[in-house]
Amino acid sequence: MELNLAAIIFVAILANNILLHQFLGVCPYMGVTKRIETSVGMGMAVIFVMTIAAIITWVIYNFLLVPFDLGYLRTIAFILVISSLVQLVEIVLKKTNPTLFRALGIYLPLMTTNCAILGVAILNVQMDHNIIQTIVYGIAAAIGFTIALVIMAGIRERLDLVNMSSMLQGAGVTLITAGLISMAFMGFSGIMTL
Amino acid sequence: MTTISQVFTKGIIAENPVFRLLLGLCPVLAVTMTAINGFGMGIAALFVLLCSNIVVSLIRGVVPPRVRIPAFILIIATFVTIVDLVLNAFAPGLHEALGIFIPLIVVNCMIMGRAEAFARKNTLGRSIVDALGMGIGFTLALTVLGIVREVLGMGTAFGVDITGAAFEPMALFASPPGAFIALGILLLVFNLIIKRLGFE
Repeated sequence: MELNLAAIIFVAILANNILLHQFLGVCPYMGVTKRIETSVGMGMAVIFVMTIAAIITWVIYNFLLVPFDLGYLRTIAFILVISSLVQLVEIVLKKTNPTLFRALGIYLPLMTTNCAILGVAILNVQMDHNIIQTIVYGIAAAIGFTIALVIMAGIRERLDLVNMSSMLQGAGVTLITAGLISMAFMGFSGIMTL
Repeated sequence: MTTISQVFTKGIIAENPVFRLLLGLCPVLAVTMTAINGFGMGIAALFVLLCSNIVVSLIRGVVPPRVRIPAFILIIATFVTIVDLVLNAFAPGLHEALGIFIPLIVVNCMIMGRAEAFARKNTLGRSIVDALGMGIGFTLALTVLGIVREVLGMGTAFGVDITGAAFEPMALFASPPGAFIALGILLLVFNLIIKRLGFE
């Protein structure tokens, strides 16, 4: 069990990084990695929402959809839960923790269309995780996402100063850089498997 | 007011969802290991986009603006579930290959974006044309990227060996890093073409 959890953490953060290996959440990867501060903020918001979303969707799937044989409603149920959860988190944070709300506020609405959140919820169900594995996988995947985001932001801050063709500027060079980072992360694969 | 042909062609070139607007990149990168998977994904997204644009256009004015986003999500999720079940029944191979990216069509920003930016303000006919243009642009982009990656990575296109024994396939392009690099280079090429043709 302990080894299994360690393997989940290692694989989710490094070997099968949710962004660089599984391509979940590429839109925010292109959108918010212009500066390190914004990418850290986005990463924190993802860690927060992804963990809660993973737990709630797991509970809904195993205690509501499976007993009533409604597995085919998974996609609809999950996206509804996630989008209302994001709204709820926003309202609760605003009242209870204004400091955290100011830090994460602008990133929260983006969570609904972040495929990493829905992707992790579905992956948890597909891989038959129990509740502890679900929580660990949710947190680890979100940490992996944040690491990828911050690395990219650090590189892009320097790329801004580089003289390059206007044709490649922006998205083109970001994608090629992402390819190189992804190649570096491939070095972790095979060290530990699930 | 843009003409109906402009509504159609803008999705294919000037506002191509992948090459110009960079929308819905997750499936673009993930499933284009082979050309046929890219094409299948494109058609699945095209179907969902067409159906959601039709319904969103029909219910415009009925749904209060304040709850429009949850309504759009529900409409899109319904059609995604239909695609998921149909593919599972009639094309199990493709369903297996696309895997998690079929349910994830629901969070594809391109589909949500067209509902929000076009279908809720336009007539049924124009919404259908818009969906066809955008969907074909998306499918073309996925297929082109799929062909490039399959030829470079495996020496085949749509499963047919076209390079022969003389070409040593570069496994990089069949792996995740190759997806990023191939799309980055394709963006460069597309930008050059756009500039030459003067769409800017």
